[in-house]
Amino acid sequence: MTPKRKRLWLLVGSLGVLGVSVALVLSALSDNIVFFYSPSRLAEKHVPADRRFRIGGLVETGSVHKDGSEARFRVTDLNRSVEVVYRGILPDLFREGQGVVAEGSLGPDGIFSAQEVLAKHDEKYMPPEVAKALKESGRWQEGEGTVR
Amino acid sequence: MHRFANPARFRRLSQRVQPGLSLATLLSLGIGLWLALLQSPPDYQQGETVRIMYVHVPMAWLAMAGYALLAALSAALLVWRHPLAALMARAAAPVGACYALICLLTGSLWGRPMWGTYWVWDARLTSMLLLCFLYLGHIALSRAYDNAERGDRAAAILALIGVINLPIIKFSVDWWNTLHQPASVTRLDGPAVDAAILLPLLWMAGGFLLLFILLVLVRTETEMDRRRLEIADQIA
Amino acid sequence: MSSYAVFIISAYLAVFMILGGLTLASLRARSKMRHALAERGLERRR
Repeated sequence: MTPKRKRLWLLVGSLGVLGVSVALVLSALSDNIVFFYSPSRLAEKHVPADRRFRIGGLVETGSVHKDGSEARFRVTDLNRSVEVVYRGILPDLFREGQGVVAEGSLGPDGIFSAQEVLAKHDEKYMPPEVAKALKESGRWQEGEGTVR
Repeated sequence: MHRFANPARFRRLSQRVQPGLSLATLLSLGIGLWLALLQSPPDYQQGETVRIMYVHVPMAWLAMAGYALLAALSAALLVWRHPLAALMARAAAPVGACYALICLLTGSLWGRPMWGTYWVWDARLTSMLLLCFLYLGHIALSRAYDNAERGDRAAAILALIGVINLPIIKFSVDWWNTLHQPASVTRLDGPAVDAAILLPLLWMAGGFLLLFILLVLVRTETEMDRRRLEIADQIA
Repeated sequence: MSSYAVFIISAYLAVFMILGGLTLASLRARSKMRHALAERGLERRR
């Protein structure tokens, strides 16, 4: 083996080992790396009351009720949903059928009281006319395919 | 590959392409800016702020591509001991760092009106910040030794370790829940972006790519001269 | 223009300033290095 070959294999080998170890660490920590829990994940996890965490999903269509500065809505992953109550200014992109991430804690009544609400937008970009045309033809619904 | 590793040949080639490359850069950035700021429609959800995407997304792509280049040059230095690779790595790192920094800044300025926050510690944003730090680490490490070649090798090892971060950035939005949205253009089932918005994006990306190449060529020439000067100083 | 104009303008301004600065610095460093070489009679063979 020439020195060049040896150095090449040494490099490939060490990168491989490094890659595997990083992958193991990341998969072990994956519960801490996720930015938010979906309502389904929350149901199986049982987070203790008063612990601060984030919940994310779509704002359920027709679930938003505003009363002064207080807003109530449901966050859904199309499988389960969680009731959220929030006092404060909602981001402009907060809309029914669109993604949302709320940070706060779960009360004993199962209602999530949020201290902060962030809007999460999807990966689709199009002019308003195109979105309108797609909706009218029924080929696409807002919020479709945003939550896995 | 070995053909271009000859410094004299590299310099001749570099200087021959520079006038044309400069013109092409200005032209495509000009067309890109015209399309991005004046000709393209607003987005159906994000309105006018979608225009920030035309600088944010190319910067993210090119900061990552630039890092892949840095890693390839580092491998060429450590395995094949190409002297030009070390000089080019020194030239490319500051350019990549600037691109990564712009990606973070424009992303922050986009996040505030759209998400409602300048910054969150989700997997995508954090791994992109790490990319910026890896570039800065490379710059610092390559200049940390009195012996320039030792600095080159130390920085090359850092660059190769950091290459693990590239797939993490790319797939962070698929592996973990993030506030950042998933990929729009580089996805298996084709772009989820309308042609009217994709076109300015691609022109801008092309322009910034040409600018990246141009800057790396100019800076590599500078590094070659600098190394010559250092060697002359050592002999004197 | 929308009320978000300030964000869009700042983003493009940041791009312009950082890339413009980098380009100027790169060109200036190259000519400085060339002068330094020329001063020592170390001009490159053409």
